[in-house]
Amino acid sequence: MNRLFYIGIAIAAVFILAALFAPFIATHDVAAQDLSLRYASSSAVHWFGTDALGRDVFSRVVYGARISLEVGITVVVVSSIIGIVIGSVAGFYGGLIDKFLSGYLFNVFLAFPGLLLAIAVVAFLGAGLGKLILALCIIGWVGYARVMRGQVLKVREYDFVQAARALGASNMRILFTHIMPNAVQPLIVQASLGMAGAVISEASLSFLGLGIPPPAPSWGTMIEESRSFDILYNSPHVFLYPALAIALTVLAFNFIGDGLREYLDPKQRKR
Amino acid sequence: MKYKLLNFIRQLALMLLVIWTVVSLVTLLIQLVPGDPATGILGETATEEQRANFNHHHGLDKPAFFFSYTNESGLVWNGADNQYVNYWIGVLHGDLGRSFKTDQPVLDMIVARYPATIKLALAAMVIAIGIAIPLGVFTGSRKNSLFDNFGSFVALLGISLPTFVIGPFLVYIFAVQLRWFSPIGSANPEDIVLPAFTLGAALSAILTRMIRSSVIEELGEDYVRTARAKGLSERTVLLKHVLKNGLIPVVTVLGLQLGVLLAGAIITEKIFSWQGLGLLLLEDGINKRDYRLVQGCVLVISVTYILANSLTDYIYKKLDPRIRLS
Repeated sequence: MNRLFYIGIAIAAVFILAALFAPFIATHDVAAQDLSLRYASSSAVHWFGTDALGRDVFSRVVYGARISLEVGITVVVVSSIIGIVIGSVAGFYGGLIDKFLSGYLFNVFLAFPGLLLAIAVVAFLGAGLGKLILALCIIGWVGYARVMRGQVLKVREYDFVQAARALGASNMRILFTHIMPNAVQPLIVQASLGMAGAVISEASLSFLGLGIPPPAPSWGTMIEESRSFDILYNSPHVFLYPALAIALTVLAFNFIGDGLREYLDPKQRKR
Repeated sequence: MKYKLLNFIRQLALMLLVIWTVVSLVTLLIQLVPGDPATGILGETATEEQRANFNHHHGLDKPAFFFSYTNESGLVWNGADNQYVNYWIGVLHGDLGRSFKTDQPVLDMIVARYPATIKLALAAMVIAIGIAIPLGVFTGSRKNSLFDNFGSFVALLGISLPTFVIGPFLVYIFAVQLRWFSPIGSANPEDIVLPAFTLGAALSAILTRMIRSSVIEELGEDYVRTARAKGLSERTVLLKHVLKNGLIPVVTVLGLQLGVLLAGAIITEKIFSWQGLGLLLLEDGINKRDYRLVQGCVLVISVTYILANSLTDYIYKKLDPRIRLS
């Protein structure tokens, strides 16, 4: 494991702890406004200062971690399950089923630029947490399905699968107890990078005003509210902290994904 | 030869099938809108007659699809005069319907804004290549040096920083502090610099990583040893031999990324108020609930994306004979 992997784990751990214990860490109510204290800079009371409505930026960043990771984890879990099932079916059964799934369905979903599909779904359905997660799962599953299909194609030729078949195991049993556990390993890399992708996508949609509606402290919304010329000029801290939070989170999961990939693929390790 | 032609036809058929599905999905998406579009546009106070006129004008009074299903009457066949078929007939005649808001033809609105987006995407690509080739070759040829580690770290940073963080950050440095560029707009020719850098940042990071590993791989090949044994300078070996072979995978990524850039321009256009297709989709389409316009924009962007990808695939196979044979 390279050093960046451990740095990634450390940063991710900080954000996960922040998300889990947000109510204990946050110093203020995230929605509490104090219009006499707009754009205050860092102080002992407001560690990261306050925003346009006098809300505490530190508390909002901490609760933002909750939204980001909640969306990220849900999207990764749901889309990887869908991807694993569809990818396994395509790889295991082959033939017409595979032709339809990997030849047609995968291509359709890969043909949409990811963010655009999410924007389209949210634009027609309306904004909200559930719809956002739905949109991100719709664009997310195909990546897992592709990797899984390739893995299953490889694993199903192994001797132990032949042995299980010779023992009279059913297709379902072979697929679920013999092939899947031996095929999912590379998906860990995909999941880690997918986590980074989901965090960015959630913030992007919130930034565009298509994610979680405003009073909720999404990092994307916070950045959108603080990127005007005046605010950047007079009180850049309102922009800086949420930007830093999202950059660090994404960087952490990318470090973890890269580290895992190198670890699992010895060919890359030598470089 | 016969095999090649067959393969080409198969690819073309797949591309058309994918386009058909995408257009169909876009056509049917409008049925997902909660409530009905007429109320969204005309407001709650509109009379029944106004709503009926609106629906008739935009063809929304027709059934949605060939058949419909309700609990009372079960499966009903609606015939060929439905919204799905009519939208398709329009698309094939180059007519994407009329805007719900302004009643202008959607295609005209898109054509007016598309060039700005293409210009931005191409500028971003030029900047990305300009950064990635020198950086990639330099880091790759000095593998594991301090400079390589630093360069690789910067590249990973470029991938991890989302557009909406890079954009305002560049605005802060170059528009707020240094005052070299104006923060938004596209009035002056130099106004493209910040948006193009913002849009191209991620691509330049991806390309740098690719070129680096490609250079490392090529440096281990026999022809490099031969070239060195001939007494060529390291510079000639790198630029004349290694780079030429190392750039083939880059061509693919560039093609695939052109589509990503066109689609990803939405965020950059919002940051800099760049009057392109993305802003049209976002501000005139989604924010004003002009669903016909949203349909048109999504359709045009995704079809461009599919065409760019298919073309890249085709060119890539021409460029590298190894892929053609396998």
